[in-house]
Amino acid sequence: MPYTLTFREKLESERFVVTAEVCPPKGCDCGEFLEKAQALRGIIDAFNVTDNQGANMRVSPLAPAALLIREGIEPILQLTCRDRNRLALQSELLAAAALGVTNVLALSGDYISFGDHAGSKPVFDLDSVQLLQTIAALNEGRDLSGAPLRGATSFYAGAAAAPEAEPFDLTLPKLAKKASAGARFFQTQAIFSPDHFPRFAEATRPFGAKIIVGILLLKSAGMARFVTKHIPGLKVPPELIAELEGAERPLDAGVAIARRLVAAVRPHCDGVHIMAMGKEDVIPDIVADITHK
Amino acid sequence: MIVSKQKPFLDILTALETASRVFLIGCAKCATVCKSGGEEQLWQMQEELTAAGKDVTGSVVIDEACHMLRVQRDLRAKGEMVTSADALLVLACGAGVQSVSAGSDKSTVAGLDTLFLGNIRRFGQFEQRCSLCGECRLNETAGICPVTLCPKGLLNGPCGGMDEGRCEVNTDAECAWYQIYSRLRDRGEAAPLVTTNPPRDFAKHLKPGSLKLEK
Repeated sequence: MPYTLTFREKLESERFVVTAEVCPPKGCDCGEFLEKAQALRGIIDAFNVTDNQGANMRVSPLAPAALLIREGIEPILQLTCRDRNRLALQSELLAAAALGVTNVLALSGDYISFGDHAGSKPVFDLDSVQLLQTIAALNEGRDLSGAPLRGATSFYAGAAAAPEAEPFDLTLPKLAKKASAGARFFQTQAIFSPDHFPRFAEATRPFGAKIIVGILLLKSAGMARFVTKHIPGLKVPPELIAELEGAERPLDAGVAIARRLVAAVRPHCDGVHIMAMGKEDVIPDIVADITHK
Repeated sequence: MIVSKQKPFLDILTALETASRVFLIGCAKCATVCKSGGEEQLWQMQEELTAAGKDVTGSVVIDEACHMLRVQRDLRAKGEMVTSADALLVLACGAGVQSVSAGSDKSTVAGLDTLFLGNIRRFGQFEQRCSLCGECRLNETAGICPVTLCPKGLLNGPCGGMDEGRCEVNTDAECAWYQIYSRLRDRGEAAPLVTTNPPRDFAKHLKPGSLKLEK
């Protein structure tokens, strides 16, 4: 069997990567989750396994990430600070390393009131910058209290970024902190206005982290309006909404928009992150122009 | 000041179910300012309880119900009004309720929910600015507390949900880090935005807190 480059090796050797998000099930049956990932094997370089996404309780991403590894598929484990204190975060990271997880996306996490356990206690013992520092410490073979580990981790850590959030001057220093705390790549919030993207790319380039741009599949005009209204930082321009509205088959229009966005940002980034929201079967069409294999 | 509000009257009635004779206790400080447990609210409560068939034996508004010795003294001074009651209904913060329960064998009923340490914006409008976290960071955050004003208590800048300076949890509110950023921009400073802050030390916030001044 020929040696396949890892996600990290691809990024570090300047290959353009494609990542996608797969949401673990609410329940312990990971069959459909694995089928979705298997169907995209060869197209997707690594799958982000979300962590109680939107503060909705699901199976811990650790198990589905480990199941992907067993199938020879590379996961990016998402880990939020919302549900775990620093002991739980560290022990989860050690467990992930023991199961072969290498890529971790360190997140603060959506606030608990957005999800299905609104009365639960939000933890936020650490924030995303401090979680990245924690990962760096584990990689150096010690825990947050300085105690040595039996077996250091070797995580490739990433962080989130919101290129279209304003004021940009306020978001930038935190990205610098994330990079200096050990983030080697950024996976961004979905972008819709590629003209604004070079500003982000130029400002973050000195941080030395790879940039993977978020592309959200707009399935209909209604969905585009919904995310603009309800998801902070997502702003679908009116002309894209009009394009979806006028389309005979809105999903096809959405795929075409996503494909255009991929082409527009490609010269300014190191990869794209596709969020297909359940329509993972159209991902091959979205990334069809990328011929890096 | 400690901001509180009255529990729903039906909840209070339920808590007083087995008591037919009730003595009322208010507080002249915070609960008076919040209009949850001052003189006026005690009168209203007396009327409502009487209408509900309770016998109100008397009432007292204590000058700082959190002052344990003062509560005991004021209750003693009320003599039979207190001793003949089946229950003491306290319209004061949780500290006040426990001053009463610590100094009396009577059934003590809390009539308020205690909400937060609040600043007074204007009459009748209260805002939380301090969480009593035990390790004040205001010197590092331009005098604006992210532990309190950010729902996530983030110490190193805004989360990904901030946009146009608004908080993702409550879009009517300004993001705490936007407030810090705006103030620094006006002053021409940047340090609090670029300095990485360490995690909080929750060992400095152990419950129950206590402090004994050196003589």
